[in-house]
Amino acid sequence: MNSRALRRVGLMAGVATTAAIVLSGCAGSSNPSPSESEGEQNFEGVELTLATFNDFGYTDELLAEFTEETGIKVVHNKAATSNDARANFFQKLGKTGLADVEAVEVDWFTEMMKYSDLVAPVPEDLKGRWLDWKEQAATDANGNLVAYGTDIGPQAVCFRADLFEEAGLPTDREEVAKLFPTWDAFFDIADEYVAKTGKPFIDSANSVLQGLVNQLETAYEKPDGTIVATENPDIRAAYDTVVDRAVPISAYAGQWSEDWFASMASGEYAAMLCPPWMHGIISGNAPDITDWDVADAFPEGGGNWGGSYLVVPANGANVAAAQKLADWLTSPETQIKAFNSAGTFPSQPDAQSSPDLTGFVNEYFNDAPTGEIGINRANAITVSTYKGEKYFQFHDALQNAVTRVFDGVEDKETAWNTWVTEVSAF
Amino acid sequence: MTTTATRPATRPTKKDDGTRQPRVISFSQKLSKWDLKFSPYLYISPFFIMFAIVGLFPIGYTAVISFMDWDLVRNSGEFIGIDQYVWILTQPHFWTALRNTFSIFLLSSVPQLILAIFIAAVLDRNIRARTFWRMSVLLPFVVAPVAVGLIFTAIFADNFGLVNTWLNGIGIDGIPWHKDPLASHVAIATMVNYRWTGYNTLILLAAMQAVNRDFYEAATVDGAGPVRQFFSITLPSLKPTLIFVIITSTIGGLQIFDEPRVFDQFGRGGAGQQWLTIALYLYDIGWGQWNFGRAAAMAWILFVIILLIGLINLFITRTLVRDEGLHRELTKRQARALGKAAKKNVKEEASR
Repeated sequence: MNSRALRRVGLMAGVATTAAIVLSGCAGSSNPSPSESEGEQNFEGVELTLATFNDFGYTDELLAEFTEETGIKVVHNKAATSNDARANFFQKLGKTGLADVEAVEVDWFTEMMKYSDLVAPVPEDLKGRWLDWKEQAATDANGNLVAYGTDIGPQAVCFRADLFEEAGLPTDREEVAKLFPTWDAFFDIADEYVAKTGKPFIDSANSVLQGLVNQLETAYEKPDGTIVATENPDIRAAYDTVVDRAVPISAYAGQWSEDWFASMASGEYAAMLCPPWMHGIISGNAPDITDWDVADAFPEGGGNWGGSYLVVPANGANVAAAQKLADWLTSPETQIKAFNSAGTFPSQPDAQSSPDLTGFVNEYFNDAPTGEIGINRANAITVSTYKGEKYFQFHDALQNAVTRVFDGVEDKETAWNTWVTEVSAF
Repeated sequence: MTTTATRPATRPTKKDDGTRQPRVISFSQKLSKWDLKFSPYLYISPFFIMFAIVGLFPIGYTAVISFMDWDLVRNSGEFIGIDQYVWILTQPHFWTALRNTFSIFLLSSVPQLILAIFIAAVLDRNIRARTFWRMSVLLPFVVAPVAVGLIFTAIFADNFGLVNTWLNGIGIDGIPWHKDPLASHVAIATMVNYRWTGYNTLILLAAMQAVNRDFYEAATVDGAGPVRQFFSITLPSLKPTLIFVIITSTIGGLQIFDEPRVFDQFGRGGAGQQWLTIALYLYDIGWGQWNFGRAAAMAWILFVIILLIGLINLFITRTLVRDEGLHRELTKRQARALGKAAKKNVKEEASR
């Protein structure tokens, strides 16, 4: 081949390569055509995807049962953390790429409610399956229930019996439960403990803020969209209570730090506000401590922390089959099985009468009847806090204010004023 | 390279052919003409096309979004002019973030470069097991930033951290790493320095080895000690490399994200924004609050800041580190003045 011919081949090759790259760059955007809508109730051979995070207790065996009943295959994708799931969910919502059934955590559930028209509503006949407040939080402005509740986090009080004994407090869980009828009583006991031992009573000041805010009807926003954050006297009262009474008795400002995890075993504090899912975290971080126990009490009623929902994206290929799967997974019977494998506390009243739950005892917590306690705590929750789309931002900023006071960076009034300026920019 | 080499060879023949050939040029000739003209661009085009798709397009798109109130989920937005820029510039958090970014940038880049030059100068000497030492300085660079973060979180924890445990051991109060802005900046700058000093050292070392050894020999003969040699020969010869290193570390320093992100469990820069950096703030607005209009405006502001600082750095480096070539490259006026002075000298000599 002479050099000119060689060059010509090169030219062609260059054109071809370039064209190929340009074409492949464009190819990604073409959408796969949505498949034909399925026949009425025959889902034989349909394959669904289910996306969850952490551990929902949906084991392969459990999903195999569903396949056996309906003939629908289920592929289960688990994200490592709720944050990963959140990023993925919002990047794909309304477009393509979401699983047929997606799990949504209560922390970012309010953000999702803004897009409630993009998920398929729950069929009418399923209404009433879940606890009232769980359903209420998932009902959009048009009165549609848009999400299937999975678990809840009814809070109780976890305590260290040995440290209580040293401070001269009762150690029996029935008696401890009587100590905390109100927040005032809770803080009085805490002050007493701190005075006697010189050590903090609870783990974190912001967990108290969480508890207080979750007992309010209106927190930062009203259902009609008006923002009341800085004018709401209840929020100011909660902030005052936390700063004046909770900060002095807390070991840390917030949770989830290196130090905080290490402190569960070190006996730095004697009590924690704990939802059922916290039990696993305590036993995991302090495996050698034998004195953790759970008291069936929460100041001034109840409080929920955490829990999730399942949603069916409305533009999925198999919405009807996906609804069937979400329905099946959140049925009381399935949720009890999930509880047995992962400890996720069911949000369905019917599940709460199951002997599997009522008879459940936790060995690590000195055989505390955590099933029964969870049911009692869930029933004590009477208020459902309205959480608007910016709830997370407001609450996070207020937690930062508490942290600043705790750290001594700012005093009480300065921290509050900083918060007011901060949230007015939202 | 090949085209420039072949061009002079083909041109004369073309001229000769031109007189003899008919006017109509055959297709194959046209093709080979195009080949010469366009192939070089075609060969390099894949990179530029990829760059346009994954580089230029996102930059332009970001600019468009920055003028909108953008809804990521519905993939639509409303044009609102420069409101997003105004919002960002009126946020106290933004200015705190800017302060933190510069503070961390200075605390990391300056000691880092001084240390890197010093280590490189030491490695440039004749020492035993040279390759071993050279590879060891690069080792921290291999560690992933997040892993570095995890290691240093354990070192700089407030209560049970390594540093504070030591300090308490010798009777000094622990440093509030996560409360005091400056302390947190020092901690984060330490992570950055740990990772990047070795990398910069190697680049500077390579530049040092390219310096002509005759200079040093001559300097030794003239009686210059190692310190004088370092400041008068090594440092001026490093100028182009120093400019490169300073500009890359400026870009890296102003975009700092990983280290402050993993500095605490929340990754949002602290309760009082003690270590909130621009990139961290941008991420939080974009992926924390899903406000991509504001995040895009922020990205453009960051781009402009980096551009400005890069130019300032270039200017400072040029004036501070003098080129040894400056003595040779005289301006015309200087040359004329020198010539006049010399002539004058000669005249004076002659008249004497």
